[in-house]
Amino acid sequence: MDTAPTTEFVSLLFVFMLATFIGLGIITRVSRLLHTPLMSLTNAISAIAVVGSILVAGRDHPPLITLLGAIALFASMTNIISGFLITDRMLKMFKKEPTK
Amino acid sequence: MRFQAIQLAYLVATALFIFSLHWMNDPKSARRGVFAGVAAMSVAILGTLLSPGIVNWHWIAIAAVLGVAVGVPLSWVPLTAVPQRTALSHAFGGLAAGLVGAAEYYLWVGNEPHMLTPFRVFAIVAEIILGFLTFTGSLMAAGKLQEVKWIPQRPVTYPFQNQSNFLLLAVAVACGIGVIVKPIEWSFLFPVVIMLALAFGILLIIPIGGADMPTVIALLNSYAGLSAVAMGFVLDNKLLITAGALDGSSGLILAIIMCKAMNRSFTNVLFGAFGQVQAQAAVGEQKLVKQETPEGAAQIMEQANLVVIVPGYGMAVAQAQHRVRELYDQLSKRGVDVRFAIHPVAGRMPGHMNVLLAETEIPYDKLVEMDDINPDMPQADVVLVIGANDVVNPAARHEKTSPIFGMPIIDADKAKMCFAIKRSMNPGFAGIDNELYTADHTYMLFGDAKSVVGELVKNLSGGSGMH
Repeated sequence: MDTAPTTEFVSLLFVFMLATFIGLGIITRVSRLLHTPLMSLTNAISAIAVVGSILVAGRDHPPLITLLGAIALFASMTNIISGFLITDRMLKMFKKEPTK
Repeated sequence: MRFQAIQLAYLVATALFIFSLHWMNDPKSARRGVFAGVAAMSVAILGTLLSPGIVNWHWIAIAAVLGVAVGVPLSWVPLTAVPQRTALSHAFGGLAAGLVGAAEYYLWVGNEPHMLTPFRVFAIVAEIILGFLTFTGSLMAAGKLQEVKWIPQRPVTYPFQNQSNFLLLAVAVACGIGVIVKPIEWSFLFPVVIMLALAFGILLIIPIGGADMPTVIALLNSYAGLSAVAMGFVLDNKLLITAGALDGSSGLILAIIMCKAMNRSFTNVLFGAFGQVQAQAAVGEQKLVKQETPEGAAQIMEQANLVVIVPGYGMAVAQAQHRVRELYDQLSKRGVDVRFAIHPVAGRMPGHMNVLLAETEIPYDKLVEMDDINPDMPQADVVLVIGANDVVNPAARHEKTSPIFGMPIIDADKAKMCFAIKRSMNPGFAGIDNELYTADHTYMLFGDAKSVVGELVKNLSGGSGMH
């Protein structure tokens, strides 16, 4: 049991490193036209903190901890909803010239 | 079995998030990216709800419903307000990460001290520092962008500002190390770290001016992502790490692009107090400025083959984008080739101008990046500058003492003729004289961007325009 947390931590670091490289690769190819929607989309994606918030708010914990979790859940949920909605609203506006 | 199902859900969600960002590489596939993102988030939430030990369903329901109730109206803001909405949601993201980090820490201190390995506590400290400084920093940025009364718009500087900020951060980090070394005995340091992180976020944004907002917003985006990564380390959750890393790298790349477009470094943006230095540079010899009427300008523009419009933050402030669309229509109808030259830092966030112009349904292939339009600028018969200033200032090319020296610009001065719409000859946000306005072939159109462009349209659609 003593070595397990360390190995686990290193494997998490691997995941982090690889995900960062993938992220850098993908984002450099994002169209410059779409940098504002990109930002609101990544806003919504980083609201993945909702996962941690649910785990804290949902389990049987002292009330104060539950309250912290619930506030975090509220904040993440707000970001998910508004982030995806506004991204789609902006992307809908990008149109090519109508073919004549 | 349940554990595997949850991990599988997280795996699917990770893949969908990657596809979501991948599809943003083209406006044609971008909306599919949003659907992939929504699907990923749904799968992730459903998977998490399956976790063992979830009992407080009412708490989850209340928080989620409130989140939806606030989130939906937040997505209706006018597009000129998108920068402050973005900053506000970074604040929410930082807050969520900070609170979850604090909750986990106190939970483990109280019940399971054996969980507090140095690695985990390190991750918790990183999470709360990043989370809470993103929270207050983004609130400040949102306040500056929204022009809230009690938050100064101009950069605020005072002696030893950077030194005291660094000192504050150093103390926060030192206290954080204390918590890592003795997580139980020195738990009193934990709230100190939180307070210092909150204070540091505010102090970090105070010296930053509007022109640097695109970089700062991108950087805060990155921090919000990194705090989610730290949460993933705390909770042993790979989905949090991957999604947070995607967000973190996105913010980082956008910040780098913004910095390059201003020929400045991160440290210079964060600690340089842009706009302060330039107050002195504003006093120069006064050169003569020539003025033109909207009638005259309209006549010249309708004779042109190629008109390039350079929009800037002034267009957003004046809400002139719909008039600009009418101008585009009038000129296009006469066979004039109209293109828009978009500087990467025009506006208050990356891509701001593109979104405003797309809203008015100007086809996106007319929105041309700086590097692509500059070779065509000598062929342009008319350049129309609407509320842009530093991004067209030729001083950036040769004036070594200018604060914007070295910044890549749109070559408006190389066009055959230039019209610039401006409220008055007061120097713009950066407070620098713009050589373009005094150039031989430049004529000023003084007034509010919306009404001047409106005048141009009226002159084009009325009498003289009809053949």
